[in-house]
Amino acid sequence: MLALQGDVREHLRALAALGASPVTVRRPDDLAGLDGLVLPGGESTTIGKLAVTFGVLEPLQRAVARGMPVYGACAGMILLADTILDGVPDQPRIGGLDVVVRRNAFGRQVDSFEAAVAWAASGDRVPAVFIRAPWVESAGSTVSVLARIEGGRADGMIVAVRQGALLATSFHPELTGDLRVHEHFVAMVKAGADRRGPR
Amino acid sequence: MSSLPSDPPRAGSGIAAGDAAIGTARVKRGMAEMLKGGVIMDVVTPEQAQIAEDAGAVAVMALERVPADIRAQGGVARMSDPDMIQGIIERVSIPVMAKARIGHFVEAQVLQALGVDYVDESEVLSPADEAHHIDKWQFTVPFVCGATNLGEALRRLAEGAAMIRSKGEAGTGNVVEATRHMRAIRGDLRRLTTLDATELFAAAKELRAPYELVAEVARSGKLPVVLFTAGGIATPADAAMMMQLGAEGVFVGSGIFKSGDPAKRARAIVEATTMYDDPGVVAKVSRGLGEAMVGINVAELPPEQRLADRGW
Repeated sequence: MLALQGDVREHLRALAALGASPVTVRRPDDLAGLDGLVLPGGESTTIGKLAVTFGVLEPLQRAVARGMPVYGACAGMILLADTILDGVPDQPRIGGLDVVVRRNAFGRQVDSFEAAVAWAASGDRVPAVFIRAPWVESAGSTVSVLARIEGGRADGMIVAVRQGALLATSFHPELTGDLRVHEHFVAMVKAGADRRGPR
Repeated sequence: MSSLPSDPPRAGSGIAAGDAAIGTARVKRGMAEMLKGGVIMDVVTPEQAQIAEDAGAVAVMALERVPADIRAQGGVARMSDPDMIQGIIERVSIPVMAKARIGHFVEAQVLQALGVDYVDESEVLSPADEAHHIDKWQFTVPFVCGATNLGEALRRLAEGAAMIRSKGEAGTGNVVEATRHMRAIRGDLRRLTTLDATELFAAAKELRAPYELVAEVARSGKLPVVLFTAGGIATPADAAMMMQLGAEGVFVGSGIFKSGDPAKRARAIVEATTMYDDPGVVAKVSRGLGEAMVGINVAELPPEQRLADRGW
């Protein structure tokens, strides 16, 4: 769990409820021995700057390149994106996810909302909280779309994607008490750990 | 890459799907959850907002004068000029907060119409109502309010606040009151968890807060919203101490732009807030910051100049 800034505790709670043993990461040494990583919601520009300052950005990029399972929610989605629209100049990001993400795409806080979205991975609807949320404006051919907005002026916009070991959502399942998105990620981590064998 | 939509929908009101709910308690409180571990900085110009964003602030607080100047210049302190707030919103990509006077619901309506991301119903401005705070449930925009103790925090929550900050004593550069308020809130919380069901009724009366809220907090041992600190934080060590005392993030008012090197101090406070439990980092970032803001001894302030006494 990257814990430089943001709603770390809510993700830790969801992961622990699913039987995972989450630890927090603020320094390069904290990355040793991890099977997977969650990037929380928060302010993506702040988290990116702190990741550079405290020397974790490059180790994170190497971990992504090695195929470590990573789940990014909201700010975490922005950090994983290869291309960021409406970011700040030279915004630090981890990258690796072949998508174009638009920051604050749904508008300001007065436009933030909650709704149920159809979650393609399981076929049912999951509650989702969107807070000054980004969306995926376009995705590469190896990226599968897991959820889209239905109805309204943002109809059809992509709000959840998976590409190999990378999972990203525009929304915050950790604020809803519903564990299905985290469950999906924990299964990805278990599958990755099984492939690699015992540490 | 798959093709870009030829005309992607633009940000703005009403963009969400038909069954979407805006302005719910979860959406309002959730916004504050995203600010945790971060620093929110008072700014009076778009240029200062830019410095704050570059330094890693999670949000900026737009106001007309920083508390130290309000203190020095006196007069009635009001909501900022909408042009200035608009200028700041256009300049930075991080959330923009702004202050409304206690009880001044029309200032809050104006701030909501401007697209401000959070309204601070603040004792730093001159109160507009001596008996009533704003009914914050009526708004889509979320509110943060100051508190000196748990009872005050719970009364603000009952009125619809979605985030609480310690009041401290703004514009003094003196952390003593923020410490007092943070200890009071956290101490009251701990005490509540030790009471039995019968004692909670008396506690609610003592705290002058709704019983349901008191019982909820007694069960969980924490506020149902994010708790930041504010009022007198001037150095990286101040910020780190408040985090160690249980604050979930930091507001810095006059402390940054009334100091010798605002950009450097802003960055240092951000880094000390992240690594608040690592004295090595706090020591490192505290070096070579130049002059801190001139402080005021709160004990020497006459009672009528104490901002924390505003609100009830």
